[in-house]
Amino acid sequence: MTTPQPPEADGDVLVRVESLVKYFPVKGAGLVARTVGHVQAVDGVSLTIPRGKTLGLVGETGCGKSTLARCIAGLIPATSGQVIFDGTDLTRLNRRAMRPFRREIQMIFQDPYGSLNPRRRVGSIIGDPFAVHKTATGNERKKAVQEMMERVGLNPEHYNRFPAEFSGGQRQRIGLARALALRPKLIIADEPVSALDVSIQAQILNLLADLQQDFGLSFLFIAHDLEVVRHVSDQVLVMYLGRVAEQGPKDPVYDTPRHPYTAALLSAAPAADPDAAAARQRIILTGDVPSPINPPAGCRFHPRCPKAQELCSQQDPPLESKAGDPPTHLTACHFPIQPHEDLTTSTVGSRAGLGTSTGSDSFGGGTA
Amino acid sequence: MSLTQIEFQAEGTGDAPAQAIQGRSPWMLAWRRLRQDKVAIASGALILVLALLAILAPVISSLVGHSPDTPYTNTGLNSQGLPVGPSGTFLFGTDGLGRDLFVRVLYGAQISLLVGFVSTLIGTAAGVVMGMTAGYFGGVIDTVLARFIDSVLAFPYVVLALALAVVFGPSLSVTIGVISFFSWAAIARVVRGQTLSIKEKEYVEAARSIGSGPWRIMFIDILPNLIAPVLVLATLAVPTAIVFEATLSYLGVGIQPPTSSWGNLLSQAQTFYQTSWWYLVFPAGFLLLTTLAFNLLGDGVRDAMDPRTERLFASQRKGRRSAAKRARPTPPATEVS
Repeated sequence: MTTPQPPEADGDVLVRVESLVKYFPVKGAGLVARTVGHVQAVDGVSLTIPRGKTLGLVGETGCGKSTLARCIAGLIPATSGQVIFDGTDLTRLNRRAMRPFRREIQMIFQDPYGSLNPRRRVGSIIGDPFAVHKTATGNERKKAVQEMMERVGLNPEHYNRFPAEFSGGQRQRIGLARALALRPKLIIADEPVSALDVSIQAQILNLLADLQQDFGLSFLFIAHDLEVVRHVSDQVLVMYLGRVAEQGPKDPVYDTPRHPYTAALLSAAPAADPDAAAARQRIILTGDVPSPINPPAGCRFHPRCPKAQELCSQQDPPLESKAGDPPTHLTACHFPIQPHEDLTTSTVGSRAGLGTSTGSDSFGGGTA
Repeated sequence: MSLTQIEFQAEGTGDAPAQAIQGRSPWMLAWRRLRQDKVAIASGALILVLALLAILAPVISSLVGHSPDTPYTNTGLNSQGLPVGPSGTFLFGTDGLGRDLFVRVLYGAQISLLVGFVSTLIGTAAGVVMGMTAGYFGGVIDTVLARFIDSVLAFPYVVLALALAVVFGPSLSVTIGVISFFSWAAIARVVRGQTLSIKEKEYVEAARSIGSGPWRIMFIDILPNLIAPVLVLATLAVPTAIVFEATLSYLGVGIQPPTSSWGNLLSQAQTFYQTSWWYLVFPAGFLLLTTLAFNLLGDGVRDAMDPRTERLFASQRKGRRSAAKRARPTPPATEVS
């Protein structure tokens, strides 16, 4: 797969993922299980995460977002491709050589209930990274943990409590404190707020933004809530069935999406402003997401694409900058949406998605 | 309302007010529940008394003035040479050689409880390690270990125990070894299943992303979540081990006379059952009481450890009550056809 090199110098890039592929074998039934196929969870994804910035990863359930995240974090081995972190290819490292990089890349998980061990005290959970990497012991560790708890907005006196004694938002803060304990460079947040109430979501997002500034963190932020992604991200990457559909700086991607899938996703997002919600036009996709075991040939989106033509089912569209776009805005589409083109069957109207962006502005104002 | 406003309001309420609640560990909660269970507490007390009696057996023996191995041919046997019944001198009567049955039963309790606890301890430790290893690593290791567990469970253990005892010669350590070997597999199977489900939890993934190695994950992250089911299984494994020991001793391949154990006391008693009821009744009674107490305690521990079962029972009780209410005579409704 050919990917144009983004223009940043490598010094500004923390993580560069090159043609990452992850196939999960599908085993048949029987005593000696035979591999009968592969789930092509991630199929040749390339991306870069700029230093100190946030890359938002968007896509439907099952498009390979979480698998991609876990491959980058080194939690599951990639089938092929490279994950270059600060100049080192992580996919070639064994467990021992990987250890120092574990400190640099940390994850925040979606489920604030499942991601904390119910049988361990909060102090011991947050102190775990110190214990594993032997960076602090005894009273020193306790002090570091309590500092961390205070930093994420928890009462340090709750050191000896169990996770069950905290609310969802507080639990997410505990997970955040654990991830930050080793002062990582990259935080991979796998839908960190989707299990929380909207008000708590805002608190956690603000906290993430503060911490990013204070610690100089880079984020890979995964979510299916487009507004949340727009709020937190500098760059956005849209995935469909294990491939990149569109990527680029958030404003061009949100304001003038070139890939029909991006446009459809944006049009499906609920608008916060009721006037915009009434005026917006939805692009209705037909059919279901095809099985990643047997993905369609050519462009993977073509069976559901309103603009699909003969070529789309035959040839895989390269991820490239389309005419009139900045060189960082890449789209994998043979027939990208032209400005002012309307994909909804109805006549002129405020294009879907634009309405929703109005809603996000007020959201953005809250953190300023 | 815009998100900004929502956010502002949320800021005001905060996540939750700081309360001066004493954090209770899952253990303390379980203990509080267990304390409410009168049957379990009574069983636990009985076990404690038995253990005390066993530990103090030498003291009691000297207080009574009867050693466990001395035949009291003058006072302990009647004119026909048969054991004498319970009396002030011999609380539980005497055995076939005129020895004090009370003292021998207490010494037997030492052996039975020792075998019960030690073999359960060994079997549980082995079962937890094997089950966790199989469940966590999966793949070939799991296949091999799981088949091994199955074959141990499928083995006719009395036959193997007999064979082993014959090969190594019957002794206390062989008895403990044999019982341990047959008690780990059941625990390993449960632990394996639990580990399989726990290792998919996000907190295990979080531990891996921190950089924890497999052993640290197994013993620090997974083991604490296994303790509740393991503790229940272990409590229920003790009476099984005690009965197993009695069986082996009864068959003559466990604890060898003159050392007394409940099993070999029963074995010796069977020649006298027509004339001396006490010879059979006291060892059997102690065996029954002990195993019953452990089983009831095990049930209590299970209820205390797993609040879900408690709630299940509570809802059943409630269901019964409301059913009873419904069964109460109500004014006859007019039939509508």
